[in-house]
Amino acid sequence: MKVFLFAPVLGILISLPVLAATIAMEDQSQLQAPVAAHPASQFQPPLESELPDNAYGALVRQGYALFVDTKRLAPQFVGNGLNCSNCHLDQGRLANSAPLWGAYPMYPAYRKKNDKVNTFAERLQGCFQFSMNGGTPPAADSPEITALSVYSYWLASKAPLGAELPGRGYPEVPSSANAYDLTRGAEVYKGLCAVCHGAEGQGQKVGDSYVMPPLWGKDSYNWGAGMHRINTAASFIKYNMPLGQGGSLTDQQAWDVAAYVNSHERPQDPRLVEGSVEKTRVKFHANDGVNLYGQTVEGVLIGQGIR
Amino acid sequence: MISLERVLMGSALLLILGSAYGQEERNVFAQGGSQPGAAPCVACHGADGLGLAVAGFPRLAGLPAGYLRKQLEDFKSGARNSPVMQPLAKALTEEEIVSVTRALAAMPAPAAVPLHRSVMPVNTAQKIALQGAWDRQIPACVSCHGPAGVGVGEAFPPLAGQPAAYLVAQLNAWQSGARHNDPNDLMGHIAKSLTAEEVQGVAAYFSSLSGQEVKP
Repeated sequence: MKVFLFAPVLGILISLPVLAATIAMEDQSQLQAPVAAHPASQFQPPLESELPDNAYGALVRQGYALFVDTKRLAPQFVGNGLNCSNCHLDQGRLANSAPLWGAYPMYPAYRKKNDKVNTFAERLQGCFQFSMNGGTPPAADSPEITALSVYSYWLASKAPLGAELPGRGYPEVPSSANAYDLTRGAEVYKGLCAVCHGAEGQGQKVGDSYVMPPLWGKDSYNWGAGMHRINTAASFIKYNMPLGQGGSLTDQQAWDVAAYVNSHERPQDPRLVEGSVEKTRVKFHANDGVNLYGQTVEGVLIGQGIR
Repeated sequence: MISLERVLMGSALLLILGSAYGQEERNVFAQGGSQPGAAPCVACHGADGLGLAVAGFPRLAGLPAGYLRKQLEDFKSGARNSPVMQPLAKALTEEEIVSVTRALAAMPAPAAVPLHRSVMPVNTAQKIALQGAWDRQIPACVSCHGPAGVGVGEAFPPLAGQPAAYLVAQLNAWQSGARHNDPNDLMGHIAKSLTAEEVQGVAAYFSSLSGQEVKP
């Protein structure tokens, strides 16, 4: 319902392409490839024990709860089985794991690709639509976006504004000519990843809730999420996987296994152009890092989507 | 804690039941294996298979059959060290291992205490358990062992309701290398990064997370 109320308002403010009303931020590409943090110089977010016992502290705690328990607490905005903390380790605090303290001070940010300035709220809405495959995201002034913004602000509250902090995002992992090998990637996956994420990337559940997140299939991130880029997944994996053993894979292993994971089907890109994978590839994926969307691998078109 | 009396009474009951059904498939849990040295599980793990907290004998009831089978194989091979279990596991036949682990998996586990991810830790032990200590690459215990440590799949056993003495002994065994039968050193490197105080703390925390009736 909110979409219909929302669309004309947005339409007046900025000219949007058709169907864009439900997509808060089309551009999921990286702002700029960040550099890795060295522990000594690393930014230290505040401790929970420093939280004040007032309305602000309570909202930070609400944001924390939403961040780590997203699927349960905001089911209407999460269309898959993920929580924010699956890709932002240590509750959004960990350097080189796209920490919130690294992201918050970088917004609002102009993005050439959609030719507009994106607010932090819009960035969070993008996470919901793509990484969480959540359909229409919570409104910018919704309790969910507010709580998550306040939590992010708190983690970044001693960080310099607009400065790129070491440890922001997922640092780039060098690759010679972006070369990867799906067969080698499958071997890495089988040996190191399947014990948690399952032989078919399906994750593992307790009851109806995922403990280890699914990496592909209907309950994983969709084809519009930043993580669908092989270079981004390689960076995440290199610095953060296997859990607690970050940095243990070689750069090549990280690229190979990232490509293997992202060669599997997942929910369709919600920006799908006129029902055409090819048109969507040209518009959104052709210049978005290294990815397999819309390409044919071993005779199969990748990016057809899964429900 | 389970009283000795309860264990003995339960054992006697199971022995009777065991012999009644023993014609079809040997009840290893109650009777032991067919070969010398294969003592019945019930002797140490209790009539209900819930362990013996005071002695640090672990709960087996409700644990995944695949996990239990791997442990018995690892006791045999020495990948997991235990002076008690090693000869015992060696005395079990393959068929007995399959049947006893299946039977144990089917026994009722204590009810889990519901614990959501959004619960914030209130002390340092809970911080390790629920959030981890990422400055030392220690993930939250619950990120692999599941919410409230109920266990996940066949590789990540339950911690909830295990005797604290058992959990401490295992963490110490991981630290010393006496136990090294985990996939890809997932547990070994974590245990080695924990302090003695943290080992005690997380063990006490998870042993308390169980619907099992606590008796003095």
